[in-house]
Amino acid sequence: MELVVFVIASAMVLVGALGVVVRSNPVHAALSLVLTLFGIAVHFVAMEAHFLAAVQIIVYAGAIVVLFLFVIMLLGVDKSEDLSIEPFPIQRPLAVVIGASLAALVIAAAVRASDRLPEGTPLEADGDSNIELLAQNLFSDYVFAFEFTSVLLIVAVAGTVMLTRKEKKGGDS
Amino acid sequence: MLLAAVEPTATWYLVLAALVFAIGSVGLMVRRNPLVMFMCIELMLNAVNLTFVALATRFGNIDGQTAVFFVMVVAAAEVVVGLGIIISVLRRRPGATADDLAELKG
Repeated sequence: MELVVFVIASAMVLVGALGVVVRSNPVHAALSLVLTLFGIAVHFVAMEAHFLAAVQIIVYAGAIVVLFLFVIMLLGVDKSEDLSIEPFPIQRPLAVVIGASLAALVIAAAVRASDRLPEGTPLEADGDSNIELLAQNLFSDYVFAFEFTSVLLIVAVAGTVMLTRKEKKGGDS
Repeated sequence: MLLAAVEPTATWYLVLAALVFAIGSVGLMVRRNPLVMFMCIELMLNAVNLTFVALATRFGNIDGQTAVFFVMVVAAAEVVVGLGIIISVLRRRPGATADDLAELKG
């Protein structure tokens, strides 16, 4: 059963990832990204990370992709671009070679290390215990970093407002 | 049934994450539309999230899931700022590609 879930979710992830890269229409690329994000959420559920699966759906699929689609519609760039134009002829083969060697390198490292990974005691996974464990960890060991993310979000919001505000006529911005 | 007894191990997830990361990096190198390049960065971040959760499960240590939480927060902030920059560039010059961003130099 777990094997079936893994295979289906992995197919979703890989098809979506390839779709982001090869689709010429940005809207289709964004929808392929949703497919990938849902597949990864399924993997999170399969690994008992229930809270992260929910956050993945809400934050990524619900907020980030919607933001992408909103910007695509706002700017009116929802037309297919011509992918056959290639300013640097060497770029695509080189990128594929670099990507394939990157994948080969990381996969080789993961497979080599597979029998040397230390096996820990499994995390409790009944009911809400995943959220409880995560909350205890987040609000004890990482509470400073957690508070600091609020500063990060404020800075991001203020910076975006400054960046995208239209300048008033007359120059007094 | 023999096949049903096979359970995916952490290595399977690491291999999948490596593939997604490589696809995202190829997309980042190939595509010229800044919005699609941004989506490829999201792909790479998600691949890393997958490795974090896989190893957190394997080691029985919740720290990996906490790291994923922070990655998501930073990704959200990064998308907001990045899309703001893209909006202000594309508003000034519709149809700009990544090559045109060199004009941001003063």
